[in-house]
Amino acid sequence: MTGMSRISAGFLPLLDSAVLVAARECGFAEEEGLELRLVRENSWASIRDRLAVGHFDVAQMLAPMPIACNLGLTPLATETIVPMALGLGGNAVTVSLDLWRSMEDKGAPGDLDPLATGKALAAVVASRRQNGRKDLRFGVVHPHSGHNYELRFWLAACGIDPERDIEIVIVPPSLMADALAAGRIDGYCVGEPWNTAAVAKGAGCIVTVKAAIWKSSPEKVLGVAAAWAEWDPEALIGLLRALYRAAEWCGDASNRDELARLLAGPAYVDCPAEWLAPALSGRIGVAPGHIVPVADFFLPHAKAATFPWKSHALWFYSQMVRWDQVDASIRNEEVARSTYRPDLYRAALRGLGVALPGANAKVEGALTRATPVGSAGASLVLGPDGFFNGEIFDPDKVADYVRAQQDGLRRR
Amino acid sequence: MRAGPLTILVIDENRLRASVIEAGLREAGHEAVTVIYDVTGIAVRIAELRPDVIVIDLENPNRDMLENMFQLSRAVNRPIAMFVDRADSASIEAAVEAGVSAYVVDGLKKERVKAILDMAIVRFNAFSRMARELEEARTELENRKLVERAKGILMTSRGLSEADAYSLLRKTAMNQNRKISEIAQSLVTAAALLGPGEPS
Repeated sequence: MTGMSRISAGFLPLLDSAVLVAARECGFAEEEGLELRLVRENSWASIRDRLAVGHFDVAQMLAPMPIACNLGLTPLATETIVPMALGLGGNAVTVSLDLWRSMEDKGAPGDLDPLATGKALAAVVASRRQNGRKDLRFGVVHPHSGHNYELRFWLAACGIDPERDIEIVIVPPSLMADALAAGRIDGYCVGEPWNTAAVAKGAGCIVTVKAAIWKSSPEKVLGVAAAWAEWDPEALIGLLRALYRAAEWCGDASNRDELARLLAGPAYVDCPAEWLAPALSGRIGVAPGHIVPVADFFLPHAKAATFPWKSHALWFYSQMVRWDQVDASIRNEEVARSTYRPDLYRAALRGLGVALPGANAKVEGALTRATPVGSAGASLVLGPDGFFNGEIFDPDKVADYVRAQQDGLRRR
Repeated sequence: MRAGPLTILVIDENRLRASVIEAGLREAGHEAVTVIYDVTGIAVRIAELRPDVIVIDLENPNRDMLENMFQLSRAVNRPIAMFVDRADSASIEAAVEAGVSAYVVDGLKKERVKAILDMAIVRFNAFSRMARELEEARTELENRKLVERAKGILMTSRGLSEADAYSLLRKTAMNQNRKISEIAQSLVTAAALLGPGEPS
């Protein structure tokens, strides 16, 4: 077709590439006059490199990654903005069958409850230490990832110091289940379908989920090269509209089977379609024959799932400070805050007549139940958005929050 | 500033390509070259080898793990940076385009590493070209086999000579503005669907 704007987008084979894939495959991009080219990559490093040299205009990114780029924490950092998120939730923690048996002995309930499960893991860690066995090793996909921060958050809140009591290593998502089966790691936190993959292969079982550690929590975002956004603002607006429509489509339960089939294809996640069904239905197969329903396991659309909350950006920044990845400073905090761009989200979607949050940030953990909130356009329901330990994150008090977290770990 | 011979580590899951890079490094006078195909246990290897330069293909899914290891540098005992950070934007683009990257220890002279990266870029590109040509040759051979089978079908089912069968295929391709191999493919598929028309 002539007159179409071409957009190149990088993605990794993960469930939450769903919105990008649907935007292309279901024609939402084309309706906006866009030719959306999707390129599958093997690592976040390659996504970052190719965005930096202009091979990609936009990319699926780990939500903290653009912040890390703008803070200069990564090589080849190019200014990257986040005008939209690509969903909430979608991750889980999986452990080896061996470790699960030890956790069961210490009272792990098998219902995904983060606190009871974490306490059992803490007991295993303590008893291993007493017996002189080597520390447990957990895999996450990237140092600047929701997986790394939520795993550490969960462990720390259950009395396990992730810096001293266990080892955390980096493993690519699609290789996690094999690393677990080979005994190179004892557990991991990763996005779907790579937890379900371990259950299907008989290598491990799922012990808790992101959606329980922090309800309605951010995971992947649309990272946009700032230079491209400036160069072709019209194409960006069209893309955000197409992605919004695609997210609506992904969130419609009647499209689940088709979405699973699309994502399972060889050009995308390239896995059996039944590996994608648990995350899409919220019925998580934690072990063979054992299904636990999880509310809001993965939200591509509902509850403003694509809105780039500045409070999400600031929470990630708080955890970068907490784990010594970056120094705390007014300037760094501002870099994190200004990476997420709800203004661009609203400007692009205003004409669609859809529900748009009125605020740029919210107090995370304040909503204990689904709550209708003030919004422009149609009505909007948010939450619950609580942390499992009842913690509250006020984006206006980042320094206090980090201090309290660090003291908490020291006091235990 | 280090001036002695450089220790170089090549990480590439593609053994053929790795050997092409290794040969290039040796031709350029580098003797201390190690090639690793599988990254399992690589932290220990890096601590032992203490490489000055690490050349890696960009497709490697373990780059995030490696970069994290370099950044922590606890495992490797010295800071390692991504080379492209110090390169000009043309080199960066050429490297990413070719699918290769380099990581270097702090303090290495830029020019010394650039020569290595430039060589790797040239060889990676040559390798891709070779792989592409090989693929084309393979497709060409398969197409030729398809046309042979299609000719056979026409000769049997319509009693044509070999030359007439070929000219019918060519004419049909021209009329439909398609490749002769595509017409042959359709014919072979149709014959298979319609049953015992094709001599095996």
